[in-house]
Amino acid sequence: MKRSHPVITALAMFTMGFLYLPLLAVAVFSVNATRYGLVWRGFTFDWYVKLVHNEFILEAAWNTLVLAVVSTIVATILGTVLAIGMDRFPWGRKTNTFLDLVLHIPVVIPDIILAAALVVAFGLLRVTSSLFEPGLFNMIIGHITFQISFVALVVRSRLVSIGRDVEEAARDLFASTPYLLRRVTIPLLLPGIVAGAMLAFTLSLDDFVISFFTAGPESITLPLFIFAAVRRGVTPQIHALSTLVVLITVIMIVGMERFTRK
Amino acid sequence: MLWLMVFLVLPGLVLVVVSFATRGAYGQLEWDFTIENYKRLMGFSLFGWTADYIVIVLRSVWVAFVTTALSVILSYPLAFFICARPERSRYLWLTLVIIPFWTNMVIRTYAWFLILAPELPLAKLASYFGVIPSGNPLYPNAFAVYLGMVSMFLPFVALPLYSSVERLDWALVEAAQDLYASKVRVFMQAILPQTLPGLSVGIILTFVPAMGMFVVPDLLGGAKYMLVGNLIQQQFGASRDWPFGAAISIGLMILTMVSLQLYRRRSKEIEFV
Repeated sequence: MKRSHPVITALAMFTMGFLYLPLLAVAVFSVNATRYGLVWRGFTFDWYVKLVHNEFILEAAWNTLVLAVVSTIVATILGTVLAIGMDRFPWGRKTNTFLDLVLHIPVVIPDIILAAALVVAFGLLRVTSSLFEPGLFNMIIGHITFQISFVALVVRSRLVSIGRDVEEAARDLFASTPYLLRRVTIPLLLPGIVAGAMLAFTLSLDDFVISFFTAGPESITLPLFIFAAVRRGVTPQIHALSTLVVLITVIMIVGMERFTRK
Repeated sequence: MLWLMVFLVLPGLVLVVVSFATRGAYGQLEWDFTIENYKRLMGFSLFGWTADYIVIVLRSVWVAFVTTALSVILSYPLAFFICARPERSRYLWLTLVIIPFWTNMVIRTYAWFLILAPELPLAKLASYFGVIPSGNPLYPNAFAVYLGMVSMFLPFVALPLYSSVERLDWALVEAAQDLYASKVRVFMQAILPQTLPGLSVGIILTFVPAMGMFVVPDLLGGAKYMLVGNLIQQQFGASRDWPFGAAISIGLMILTMVSLQLYRRRSKEIEFV
């Protein structure tokens, strides 16, 4: 077995501390009894109890969930179709390069640019229909837009890795295209699709920038709520909320690991 | 694909068009096409030339660069350390790096408020040396921005780097050591070229979003340490100057493309060495 040099171990520990110290601090102060300042005044779960009674937070949590679920469902379907279409349809070389470029844009550019573009586009669309007022609908569209790329990339890598042999065998046995898709391609792709959907869901829960630019007063999500609250001044209640959000993230990651390792 | 066309490519084009439009007196768009917005970004204003915006842009590039460099430096020991763990605990350590990667960035940013709070040793130390007045928190300032940025992007470098380090051929490293190569040389010639694929991914994943970051500088940097991201946000928020905001976004986009291209060419050169 390789052993790491003590210096390396020390540096690695320092880095881990660097990553976790802030999060630990939030967790610690979320169970601290004092309202102001950072002096330890004993253990309490009061801040968590108060969370449940804060209707703004409950509404924000609900918005976050609706946004994530709806956008994930749409993005997963569209992303999967896109991946199958790009990989299995005989596009010309040039079209393919172009599609590939477009697909990578949301992954590569800073998300603030996409956000800015969406704001402007929604602003112009608003002239035609009031549907595009800043709000949940716009946020869903924004989230789907960046999620599609991630789903499509994940699904496509799975498509490439399963190869075409099975499909060609099915074709030779006179499977029709719908039958082929339903009984052969989709079942084989399922792990990729689920992984893509999970990725999309986490991305949506985690997103701040796109939501920040497209949200209206009625559609505050948890990250937006925390951001606004933090700018007014941090309270233990916010620590409690953040700790819960981090815990949910941890649970999702562990779940995802379990799933992908099988 | 249609979706991406409608909600990605089209808004992109609209953004380009709007960046040439003019801001009306009440923040509405007016379709008098000018290059005024770009001239303004370059620093030409009614009152002659100012460096304000250029300073912000350069600062963003600089912050992104430093963030990337520091993240790389910290990621190498971490990647080696995780690789040296036995199989079972390796996954645990890896998960520990993945968790911050997925944790909401607003939370991870404001969490530094606590660490840098006036009651805690870091701020006490700084005020002891007279860097800040005593009783003040250690933010907002440039130092806090770097701190926040590095902790934000470190997993983005560490994870791809780890996947490269894991596949490292140790025989080469040992061969170099047997041939009395200095430690620096072992790293530069036996380790660096082998980990380059992961390192490149990490650098791109860090540098590009770091340039457009606005949460960290907004919370930890304050008004005095603005980056491009804050500038864009300001135009779409408080100032309601969409055309200028669009122009800055396009500017940032060009900057991103240029740095990606530069980087791609540089890394090709490295491969040939």
